Amino acid sequence: MPAIDNASDKARDGRAVYLVDGTRTPFLKVRGKPGPFTPVDLAVQCGRPLLLRQRFAPRAIDQVVLGCVNVLGTEMNPARVAALRLGLGEAVPAFTVQINCGSGMQSIDTAWGLIRNGERELVLAGGAESLSHAPLQLHPRAVSWLAELRQARTLKERAKLLGRLRPGLFKPVVALQQGLTDPVAGLNMGETAEVLAHLFRVTREEADTYAVESHQRLARAHEEGFLAQEVPPAIAPDGTLYAQDDGVRPDSSPQSLARLRPVFERPYGQVTAGNSSQVSDGASWVLLASDTAVQRHGLKPLARLVDSHWAGLDPEIMGLAPVAAVAGLLRRRELALDAIDLWELNEAFAAQVLACLKAMADADFCRQALGLEQALGQLDRRRLNIDGGAISLGHPVGASGTRIVLHLAYALRRTEQRLGIATQCIGGGQSGALLIENPEAGR
Amino acid sequence: MSGPIFGYLQTRAPVMGPAPSLSSPELQHWQLRLDAQGVAWLLMDQAQSSVNTLSGPLLEELDQILAQLEASPPSALVLRSAKAGDFCLGADIGEFRRLEGEAAVVQQLQRAHAIVNRLEQLNFPTLAVIHGHCLGGGLELALCCDLRLALPDARLGLPEILLGLHPGLGGTARLPHLIDPLQAMTLMLTGKTLNARRAYQAGLVDAVIEERHLEGALRAAREGSLSRRPRRLKSKLLNTRAARQIVARQMRAKTAEKADPTHYPAPSALIDLWQAHGGDADAMRQAETRSFAKLLHTDTAQNLVRVFFLQEKLKALTRGDAGPVRWVHVIGAGTMGADIAAWCAYKGLAVSLHDPKADSLAKTVARTAELCRRKHLDETRTRAVLDRLVPDPDNQGVSRADLVIEAVPEKADLKRAVYAEIEPRLKPGTLLATNTSSIPLEELQQTLADTTRFVGLHFFNPVAHMLLVEVVAPAGASEETLARARAFAGQIDRRPAPVASAPGFLVNRVLMPYLLEAVTLLDEGLAPETIDRAAKVFGMPLGPLELADRVGLDICLDVAQMLAERLQAPMTPIPTCLHEMVDRNELGQKTGQGFYRWEAGKAEKADADDPPAGLQDRLLLPLLNACMSCLREGVIEDHDLLDGAVIFGTGFAPFRGGPLHYARQRGYREIADRLEQLRQRHGERFKPDPGWSDP
Repeated sequence: MPAIDNASDKARDGRAVYLVDGTRTPFLKVRGKPGPFTPVDLAVQCGRPLLLRQRFAPRAIDQVVLGCVNVLGTEMNPARVAALRLGLGEAVPAFTVQINCGSGMQSIDTAWGLIRNGERELVLAGGAESLSHAPLQLHPRAVSWLAELRQARTLKERAKLLGRLRPGLFKPVVALQQGLTDPVAGLNMGETAEVLAHLFRVTREEADTYAVESHQRLARAHEEGFLAQEVPPAIAPDGTLYAQDDGVRPDSSPQSLARLRPVFERPYGQVTAGNSSQVSDGASWVLLASDTAVQRHGLKPLARLVDSHWAGLDPEIMGLAPVAAVAGLLRRRELALDAIDLWELNEAFAAQVLACLKAMADADFCRQALGLEQALGQLDRRRLNIDGGAISLGHPVGASGTRIVLHLAYALRRTEQRLGIATQCIGGGQSGALLIENPEAGR
Repeated sequence: MSGPIFGYLQTRAPVMGPAPSLSSPELQHWQLRLDAQGVAWLLMDQAQSSVNTLSGPLLEELDQILAQLEASPPSALVLRSAKAGDFCLGADIGEFRRLEGEAAVVQQLQRAHAIVNRLEQLNFPTLAVIHGHCLGGGLELALCCDLRLALPDARLGLPEILLGLHPGLGGTARLPHLIDPLQAMTLMLTGKTLNARRAYQAGLVDAVIEERHLEGALRAAREGSLSRRPRRLKSKLLNTRAARQIVARQMRAKTAEKADPTHYPAPSALIDLWQAHGGDADAMRQAETRSFAKLLHTDTAQNLVRVFFLQEKLKALTRGDAGPVRWVHVIGAGTMGADIAAWCAYKGLAVSLHDPKADSLAKTVARTAELCRRKHLDETRTRAVLDRLVPDPDNQGVSRADLVIEAVPEKADLKRAVYAEIEPRLKPGTLLATNTSSIPLEELQQTLADTTRFVGLHFFNPVAHMLLVEVVAPAGASEETLARARAFAGQIDRRPAPVASAPGFLVNRVLMPYLLEAVTLLDEGLAPETIDRAAKVFGMPLGPLELADRVGLDICLDVAQMLAERLQAPMTPIPTCLHEMVDRNELGQKTGQGFYRWEAGKAEKADADDPPAGLQDRLLLPLLNACMSCLREGVIEDHDLLDGAVIFGTGFAPFRGGPLHYARQRGYREIADRLEQLRQRHGERFKPDPGWSDP
């Protein structure tokens, strides 16, 4: 069944919903040990300046939705913990959503629905992820061994158990590594990118060139101050100031990237650390408001939410899923690819982004696989990820969805353009796409 | 959290026994209730007061109740406070102050002893349930019960030493027999309080429980599974005569290091007591009474009690119906701004701190975390403090704040520019305060549209240690503004001193002649150690030169120049060496070199010679003279407020009772005469203030 068919009956009727403001933390590259912030710490770091610059008091917010994949045991339901720590008051409902890399977009979509239906007026939605805090775990075999030892009553039983103790039994399982492996397909996310690179004949050189450009675009955005409103600094309790994304390497070149070895499929693979998204800590919030809330508080919308679409395909090719979501979205809105001024397509892997572009332009693929009449079209690289993406700034999985929607809104405002789509692939074979409109731009 | 639902339910939390049924109408200060198990609940509930103190009438009434309980014994007695905040704050110090003569004090104490002994000797189990503060006589009362249960918020201690006294209601005898005598003596010698957990570790309480487990704990106590822990052998041995002789000697030496026995006689009196009678509780109680009565009549105790009341007087200024400040916005993350912001967040207020330099904001976060560490906050509470302090590089907090405190560098133009930018963004009713120490407020308010909201809040460095805040009233400030500023000081547990907007306000004005005289003496060839020694012999916590080093010589010079420009009275000429040191960037502690070399936060000092005769007067009389000028000019309303402000703002030897109190003890006439002599020898700066000759 073509992937986009389930789109038809999803009208976006109901009240208008606006994205009125938003922030994110600097994205901080994981450097082998727990970073300075937990997911909720990150949510507080970017939430406080966001709330401080509003004309309404924090208690005017009537719902919090937060995306987070690797929830820490010390802060279960991080949405609630963040709401309380941000001073939103004990009465405001807050829940956490999880759809892997799509969590931060899901939170916006869910919040949007609540306002559209008239259930809420002003919602804080976002995503937070601290991959540096992802735990090391014991293997279930080790847990069983410990349990048996605890129950052993006699010295003999204990001695027997100790005799079964083997080196390696307590070797930690890296939860992050585990989480990035698809349990159905048995493939690591990097391996799914290798599959796509092969199927769409994306070369190593193309991927590396794309990655270099991502770094250059982000570096330029930093230099030009494009991110000033979007990224307030974060400060750790030890007084360290984090003013900017710290994974950007403006000096990387196709030559320097060409020297890196593949990380997922050695020796012949092509997905390297250089052309993949970085593993990072970060959080992002957006404020969504109804028309009523906009008027009541005198808010100035940054963007209007127009439509969203979610799709799925086989987990082995999860990176291609944005094509399905975008196709469904464009078809329902009866829009051509060209009508969209700016795009954010999350850079999980350079090969995966390039496979998506090739698929959209591939008439045969679009007809045979998606059931479209023709190719979606050639997505102009000048409209895509104009200020860099996850390859240069990192991919704190639960936060990325919020970040791309928020940044798209700022980018439309800055370039004085009207329509934008933010889309991302989601581990497990899903994808989301969100269409927004800059209300300031002339129609 | 402070939501309305949980807030409402808090009223249901206290377990106080059955509804009052037994409480005879003649009881004023206590409630007595009997529950179904035959347990008597005796609730301390001092009439017409929100707190309990052991006043004479309250104790007399206790005596009646104890007689009644002896006549018809309940199965057990639970003693606790009916007040929301605390168990009992201790003796009614005011009562003691009114007693004339040692004999009267001894008599009064013997009567009180008889009453608490009666409690101790009841022949059914007695149990004290302690929440909040349980201090001095309050703790001594609780020590007469068989068991003590503490709620987690309890703080227990015997702080009499801070008033120049030692415990007087049997505490010196009972405590060393309940817990490790060394720890008991340390508690009484330092006056420090213990939280519930530490009190349990020390054996001062027998369990720490939540209110919700009180009934369960009482049941356990009745059934015998909750009981007093056996004393350790070490504790028993330490109370033997031989051990006491050795330990007391060490204690004396250690105590003398902390407080000069010539100024503070109470610690040695307490050690004497224990050394002589530590093995015999009855003899110790009797000796305690005599010793207490004697101490109460020393100048030190009288003056320290005076200081206690001065503090209460300043505290009273924070009361009123001004709405609380919920959000403070501080502008400028220099030392003062950062520390004010950190302190406010620590005290539970929401704070935004603006500085265009993100680095300064980041440093403030680290300083705040450090403050929390010093205050022993756990991880969760530390995080809450840090969450409340919002770094605000864009100055957004202005429009959310109830109080804006400007703490930017001391340049009038800069400050006026800050006000011009923020004034239109302030909420109605928001206070605008400046932390300036040297610029007249009238000069700063020239460009304000609304001067009624403008006030000075002059904090002292380090903010977390200095109790005083000068609340400076410029012409034009409304009475509401001033009242709210004073109330704010109370909110963050500081004491306000209302002062006029005169040059240097009060504290710097009186401190500067003293500091400059010290520098002049240095110029005359005296060693800094000798000069500082003279001040310390008088009882100052720091010598003037060490103090100047800590404050920063650049700041001292600024204030001195400002005063020289603006004051009518002749001032000490600013010694050239001060200019030279500032030019060489020898600014004191912060640059590692000032009058002293500084290493790891400590001044390196040589041994001091004995100060020459008259040095003390030469240093101190300029300070006293400036105090008199301030009083005469109405910089502050009366001499009590002045004494309190100078003690809490400068650390002026507390056992002297304050600068003007000290002058009065010596006689105004004598002070004026000494000043006149110094004037003839050293110049016009010693000219006696005309105020000395007023009656």
